[in-house]
Amino acid sequence: MAVETGQSVAPAAGGDARGRGRGTGEKSGKAPGPLRRALATHWYAWAMVAPVVTVIAVIIGYPLLRGVWLSLTNADESNVARTIGVNEIEATYEFTGLENYTEILTDGVFWDRLGWTVVWTVGCVSVTFLAGLVLAVMLNRKLRGRALYRIAIILPWGIPAFVSVFAWKMLFNEKNGILNKVLSGGGIDGVPWLGDPTWAKISVIAVNVWLGVPFMLVALLGALQAIPGELLEAAEVDGANAWQRFRNVTLPGIRSVSSTVVLLSTIWTFNMFPVIYLLTRGGPGDSTEILVTYAYRLSFLNSPRDFATSAAWGVLILLLLMAFAVVYRRSLRKQGEVW
Amino acid sequence: MRRGIGTTALVAAIALAAGACGGSDDGDGKKNAGGELSGTVEFWDTSGDAEKDFFKKVAEEFEKEHPGVEVKYVNVPFGEASNKFKNAAGGGAGAPDVMRTEVAWVADFASLGYLAPLDDTVAVDGKDDFLPQAWGSTQYEGKTYAVPQVIDTLALFYNKELLEKAGVEVPKSFEDIENSTGKFEKEGVTPFYLRGDDPYFVLPFLYGEGGDMLDADTKKITIDDEPGVRAFEVMKDLVDSEAAITDTTDGWENMQKAFKDGKVAMMLNGPWAIEDTLAGRQFKGREDNLGVAAVPAGSAGQGSPQGGHNYSVYAGSDNLDASYEFVKYMSSAEVQKRTTEELNLLPTRTSVYEEQTVKDNQMVQFFKPAVDKAVERPWIAQGNSLFEPLRVQLAEVLTGRTTPEDAAKKAGEEYAELLEGGDWK
Repeated sequence: MAVETGQSVAPAAGGDARGRGRGTGEKSGKAPGPLRRALATHWYAWAMVAPVVTVIAVIIGYPLLRGVWLSLTNADESNVARTIGVNEIEATYEFTGLENYTEILTDGVFWDRLGWTVVWTVGCVSVTFLAGLVLAVMLNRKLRGRALYRIAIILPWGIPAFVSVFAWKMLFNEKNGILNKVLSGGGIDGVPWLGDPTWAKISVIAVNVWLGVPFMLVALLGALQAIPGELLEAAEVDGANAWQRFRNVTLPGIRSVSSTVVLLSTIWTFNMFPVIYLLTRGGPGDSTEILVTYAYRLSFLNSPRDFATSAAWGVLILLLLMAFAVVYRRSLRKQGEVW
Repeated sequence: MRRGIGTTALVAAIALAAGACGGSDDGDGKKNAGGELSGTVEFWDTSGDAEKDFFKKVAEEFEKEHPGVEVKYVNVPFGEASNKFKNAAGGGAGAPDVMRTEVAWVADFASLGYLAPLDDTVAVDGKDDFLPQAWGSTQYEGKTYAVPQVIDTLALFYNKELLEKAGVEVPKSFEDIENSTGKFEKEGVTPFYLRGDDPYFVLPFLYGEGGDMLDADTKKITIDDEPGVRAFEVMKDLVDSEAAITDTTDGWENMQKAFKDGKVAMMLNGPWAIEDTLAGRQFKGREDNLGVAAVPAGSAGQGSPQGGHNYSVYAGSDNLDASYEFVKYMSSAEVQKRTTEELNLLPTRTSVYEEQTVKDNQMVQFFKPAVDKAVERPWIAQGNSLFEPLRVQLAEVLTGRTTPEDAAKKAGEEYAELLEGGDWK
């Protein structure tokens, strides 16, 4: 359909059509490549998305390329070009190749932090997913006041994350926080929530789960409601018990949604800067620093700020996530997921 | 905004956390034909909750003297101010015209070209009037980049009533504090609050053992020497012997609350905490209950770091003339005198110490001799960066994840990395 429209209007579009004609000619009679053909036939679609593509190129593409470039230099706050009032200061940083990368990868700090980042990501995503699924299944039933429950559970989503984190920080306060007041009221010793490395790790994961559950819930609830009731009824008629129905009808039914939200949530959690930075500043010591917060500390708390190393950390993080996404997709495809 | 800098996913996250950077300075004014100043002066103040109303009021009074100038007062939380200023100053947009800069920030900002040199401008008014140790922090490579606002140092704050009930003398050393633990038991009071989250509060322990972070004269890193190790040891011992409680997060709130409620009898703090402390349950209406004494000594003597704040002017300000005038006004003897009267903060001008109200001020009477003996920190560009490794290692020691020896060694290694390029040993 789109193809037909494209072709019939193409001559009127001037530029593209001419370009196509000439292009084919210049390629000395070679048949147009698949890209060229796609461009030509879907020119209308391309024209429609052009503004978006341009904006994305400017706000994502350019900074990304610049970040990659900076990671190959020794740029820092004192040698980059900057304009301060009437002073134009020229850039004096140099290309250093992969030096930043070798330095980072040969330092134990990166691997230490990567280890905890993986634990943090897997912990947060799995708990968030399970909690979201359980709540979604519960809310998918017909029960009185369902709308109210839904609102109550989705509400945390509406609060800006940093407000929630500060609220949690107050709850966790070792000396004056309400959690420890409750515990000591019950005759249990207060817990150094953010003061002990292990408890601090549990605390940050708990807060992130709390922040992430509403999203999971909404997504999974939508998926659940898209499962035709007849399927479940048929299974019931066939004698499947509740668990079997859940296992063999519900889970496959929400598979495509859940695989997407797990991927998204993994990427978000991996880079969840605000929760850790605002709750513990990576502390105590550096026990709760994930890759992004550690990169921030390494490169932005010292003076002059080391843009090059920070960019190199950023690129490494990006590569890790891209590798993860590729592997994840491939494994889904193997399971017959159309995605 | 050419400098979109380390523009990766990382920076997006940072931007989120740092929030939008500052306001905009739309000051367009120079002097108009009559020689009158005009335009807008945006002033970033970093003072705390108990102090900010006063500084806002004073800053805005500048408009009365210079009707053409509009002062835009912005209070920036101290902890974020340095980063926020750097984002704005390096990015070329949103930086304030005048900023209250902590003493360690001046050399840092100046080395990056963010500050306007103030020699031979109206901003410096009566250079010889300033205390020499306060003036030291305004210099970078032979030029003046700031004008001192207040000077301070750490001291021992104590609750007179609690000490009396326990029958304890004001401690002279950290050992005295440790030995007094039992005497406070019947009151259910812990003797001391130890800041476990703020590296600045490590310095009295470090100086007390005869050490320092660096020796700027011989360009040697000294944090990993014996005194550095002992400083960590003393702090850990205080906590382990239950002479002190500590916290590796929220230290300021918890310390103030514990002290104001009489849960701890002593803490280390500076003049900036006086207003807030006096508002507490134990001191409200009976200010005499607050005692201040010199920081306790370690095994090698006593010492506390010299701190304070300056005013500096952003080199890219559109409104330099008005900014210079504003700095001159804010650091004037008159404003300093009022600051002392209202907030018990220590002036940086010798002439202000001659004023009767300042002479009579109890806190000044105590803190002035302390300031005179305070240890000047190395005023180098990396001076401020030295604290972060110390903060991490302090928490590691207090939570028992590392030994004092390893902590001092690690801090030394990080310093070596920070000072890379200089000829530091």
